[in-house]
Amino acid sequence: MSEPQPAVTQATLVKKAAPKSDYKPADVSPQRRVQRSFAVRLWSIRHSRLLEWFYSRFADMFLLLHPLWKGIGYGRVEAPIKFVEKRVKGFMFDCRMCGQCVLSSTGMSCPMNCPKQLRNGPCGGVRANGNCEVEPDMPCVWVKAWEGSQNMVHGDKILDVQKPVDQSLRETSAWLRVTAQAAAAREAAQAPKTGASA
Amino acid sequence: MIARQLDENPAGIHLPLDPLPGHSSRGRLERVLRRGEFAVTTELNPPDSADPEDVYNRAKIFDGWVDAINAVDASGANCHMSSVGICALLTRMGYAPIMQIACRDKNRIAIQGDVLGGAAMGVANMLCLTGDGVQAGDQPGAKPVFDLDSMSLLETCRIMRDNGKFLSGRKLTTPPQIFLGAAVNPFAPPFDFRPIHLGKKIAAGAQFVQTQYCFDVPMFKTFMQKARDLGHTEKVFILCGVGPLASAKTAKWIRNNVPGIHIPDAIVKRLEGAQDQKKEGKQLCIDIINEVKEIPGISGVHVMAYRQEEYVAEIVDESGVLKGRQPWKREIRRDDQMVADRLGHILHDEITETQVDMVKTAH
Repeated sequence: MSEPQPAVTQATLVKKAAPKSDYKPADVSPQRRVQRSFAVRLWSIRHSRLLEWFYSRFADMFLLLHPLWKGIGYGRVEAPIKFVEKRVKGFMFDCRMCGQCVLSSTGMSCPMNCPKQLRNGPCGGVRANGNCEVEPDMPCVWVKAWEGSQNMVHGDKILDVQKPVDQSLRETSAWLRVTAQAAAAREAAQAPKTGASA
Repeated sequence: MIARQLDENPAGIHLPLDPLPGHSSRGRLERVLRRGEFAVTTELNPPDSADPEDVYNRAKIFDGWVDAINAVDASGANCHMSSVGICALLTRMGYAPIMQIACRDKNRIAIQGDVLGGAAMGVANMLCLTGDGVQAGDQPGAKPVFDLDSMSLLETCRIMRDNGKFLSGRKLTTPPQIFLGAAVNPFAPPFDFRPIHLGKKIAAGAQFVQTQYCFDVPMFKTFMQKARDLGHTEKVFILCGVGPLASAKTAKWIRNNVPGIHIPDAIVKRLEGAQDQKKEGKQLCIDIINEVKEIPGISGVHVMAYRQEEYVAEIVDESGVLKGRQPWKREIRRDDQMVADRLGHILHDEITETQVDMVKTAH
């Protein structure tokens, strides 16, 4: 069913334009060079509802472990958790470790894989076959995000306007940050109650 | 008494207009749209030169036919004169530019600076765009920035205007008074998300939107129907993007090489069947304008005639969208004309007067 896609990428053109050297980089763009297949990413999007359910259980579990994280110290636990998070999310979603995960708002399609890193919806350049303008053989991250969000219980979170990425949080654990913030919010909610009873 | 045009500051054409209630900018475009008139905007092909005359000559051909001129920000990721520079020149001459801001080349620090700078020069309209990828342009090796996206850029501008603050929360002494625009493309997938996406842009701060080239009117009607159902047309002025195609060959090239522009086969066939393809392309554009202007919720058209700018006036005239109204036109004012008539010769005369001579002639 798929139409023949234009296989000429910018890298091809650059290669053709510069035939003087023997060494030629692989005939794809830098992003494509590190990313050979989209199979796992697309599986995750197809199973966004399952992953959404799993993720909320997982977040609850992490929150339950908050005393443990606090006991060891969030700073000390950061490195091993990040190690695991990077590999797990890297395998599942091709995570780029922006440190401020919005997967649950984007149909389990990581928006940082968009060559323009759009976090609020597709650009106007999506090809008629639903592929990316910059990477002609990659399905548009946001076309997939819309499909994924349709399957999710809280899929309408895709309507939230996301803040710009805080670049200073790159390569940090989003799991721990969310947990620490949730714990802080919980404590803030409980504090006035105990204050009133005391 | 000097005859003044509507929407012109009596103290000087380059000055902002009086603030009006319910208006967020002091520009002409917002006034036209809020009065409920059918607005016409166009795009200025940015020169690859450092000569201001190039900009003025290119703007002159739109005189009296359009309400605002888009100053593009390296569209298609090709190097040209910057949108800030074009806006600086145009505002001096009283034109109403729409300053395009693309997220491709500048980070949030540069962008917020440009918003302030533009507003200080009298730019009343800003269009927030994501921008084409660098691979599309003449410098594919450039570093793509994309620090903000069109949505967070809109929000940033809105925060600067309404809250008088930078994104960081630092206060502005004078917030920019700007009319915020965005771009929408109803002709690219995911189609059912596009109207919702427009809603997100409105929530982020868009007050007017310009669409991608519309060649498929039924598809656009479906989009508008959904936008009306969601109540978007009450909150935003929608300007439909239109433009003449030079030939069937150009149409095919655009279709295959410019992502995001959807040209149906019927359009290509119609062009191929024509004797004079360029004329047919123009007629096609007029036909599309006549069709889209009847769609409820459409507030204007955005005529993009890349390298065919001379046709904009004809297209606007023949489609009759202005209904006899004449948008602001740069005219030499009568007092300026009087000065020019009496003293203009000074510029051309080859007489060098000494002060002694001047004293003699005075007596």
